[in-house]
Amino acid sequence: MSLHIKHLTKVYGPQKALNDISFSLEDGEIVGFLGPNGAGKSSTMKIATCYLPPTSGQVLVDGLDVVEEPLAVKQITGYLPEHNPLYLDLYVHEYLAFIGSLYGLKGSLLKKRVGEMIERCGLTLEQNKKVEALSKGYRQRVGLAQALIHEPRVLILDEPTSGLDPNQLIEIRKLIKDISRNKTVIFSTHIMQEVQALCDRVVVINRGTIVADDSLDSLLKGGSGSQTIIVEFEGTVDANLLRAVNGVSSVVDEGKSKFKVTAAAGIDIRPELFRFAADQKLSLIGLRQEENSLENIFSSLTANSNRADVTN
Amino acid sequence: MLQIFLKEFSSFLNSLIAYVVVGVFLLAIGLLMWVFPESSVLDYGYADMSTLFSLGPYVFIFLIPAITMRSFSEEKKGGTMELLFTKPLTDLDIILGKFLACFALVLLALLPTLIYYYTLYTLGNPKGNVDTPGIIGSYIGLAMLAAAFCAIGVMASSLSANQIVAFILAAFLCYLTFAAFDALSALDVWGTRALSVKQLGILFHYESMSRGLIDSRDLVYFGSVIFLALSVTKLILGSRQW
Repeated sequence: MSLHIKHLTKVYGPQKALNDISFSLEDGEIVGFLGPNGAGKSSTMKIATCYLPPTSGQVLVDGLDVVEEPLAVKQITGYLPEHNPLYLDLYVHEYLAFIGSLYGLKGSLLKKRVGEMIERCGLTLEQNKKVEALSKGYRQRVGLAQALIHEPRVLILDEPTSGLDPNQLIEIRKLIKDISRNKTVIFSTHIMQEVQALCDRVVVINRGTIVADDSLDSLLKGGSGSQTIIVEFEGTVDANLLRAVNGVSSVVDEGKSKFKVTAAAGIDIRPELFRFAADQKLSLIGLRQEENSLENIFSSLTANSNRADVTN
Repeated sequence: MLQIFLKEFSSFLNSLIAYVVVGVFLLAIGLLMWVFPESSVLDYGYADMSTLFSLGPYVFIFLIPAITMRSFSEEKKGGTMELLFTKPLTDLDIILGKFLACFALVLLALLPTLIYYYTLYTLGNPKGNVDTPGIIGSYIGLAMLAAAFCAIGVMASSLSANQIVAFILAAFLCYLTFAAFDALSALDVWGTRALSVKQLGILFHYESMSRGLIDSRDLVYFGSVIFLALSVTKLILGSRQW
């Protein structure tokens, strides 16, 4: 039930898509696989699902080598490809039954699994529609249902939430969280919030090399994980007074008595700001922590390695 | 393999393809055999099915590529190739499933023409005066030819994501293997090897079978054509691994 990627390299013609990457997922782990477009996320996943061969290196799914035992690997892996290809001319239940039959499910077991998947993925009302008649969100559910129909032990999802509206996004995330119990799941995305919502560990890849492989918490603590607060007052305030507050490292005036305050790393300055407002007899009408720290980490990680690449 | 076969075959039946193919084939052959005076059995006066067996291949040259053109092209275009390749199937399972589904549809179209045999059997003078072994041989020959065309069509389909390209390529290749060698052998350059050139084409073996003689050499020939075309298909599909 594990996924081990060892010194994996993939070369397309003159282009090196993956450069000696290694990481592993243990039993029951959910890992987010992050990176900008073209970083090599899909290539890694295609190799792990036996669609493409590695140029060098090894991928072991539950101890089975993808090159030597592709059929056994495919049997225990569920895969949702990037653009979620589906047979549009089939009915939803028909499509799921077809995919199930490819995994060797038969008769009443197949029927039972199709029924379960339809219920679990919220497709009950859509099961008698053709796939082509479904909206993107529902198609994504069908894609997930087909990846899960044989109860795979390893689940590989390539951008499962791309192109969904916010409500669908939340539903699909919840679905992934639900189904991922007792499974090893790796999913790729370039949305940081998604990682926060779904998993504890992140692997960040950029230009074919791993730039971070760590738990989310330690990523947030380390690096430039400083707090940014948007604070809003009633009436006018002097920005210099704010700068004098204990722990504040910079203040940006955003107009209309709204300030963007950045704290020194590792300090929560919200209580200080509140006391400051009380001391100055100001009415504090907004105090909000800005949720960009993840994005900052992401862009600093990927930008750093860009520079490293140039110097090479 | 069976799952792919069933899915492909049922998608023929669930779309218009099967009905158009069977309908057009039977209409064309029916008109040629019973209505058009040039080739009509009724006007000809002999209880003989040669119209079906001599014109059938030409109808197949257009009809079979129309059946096979979608088999891989559609999957390539829709991205569903990736889906199939990441399921526990070998490439051969996929190829054979698709090939057999196309072949089964052609056989389905051919099946109702058995009524023609019954008609001729009844019309014969005295009743039953038809060349039954010849007709059985011709049917086997026509089925083998259809299988060879299906294999060629599936191969052409694996070459392109565009169905029209796949169709034209398949029709051209079918015509080439069917009649071109025969025509080429008429050129004055072969000398004593003319027969060998002729033997490369399907027509030679097809005619030999329609005499009612099932020669193992002809069966081996058809088997080889099918094997070759499907092997090339496997090679093309396998090329993603290079």
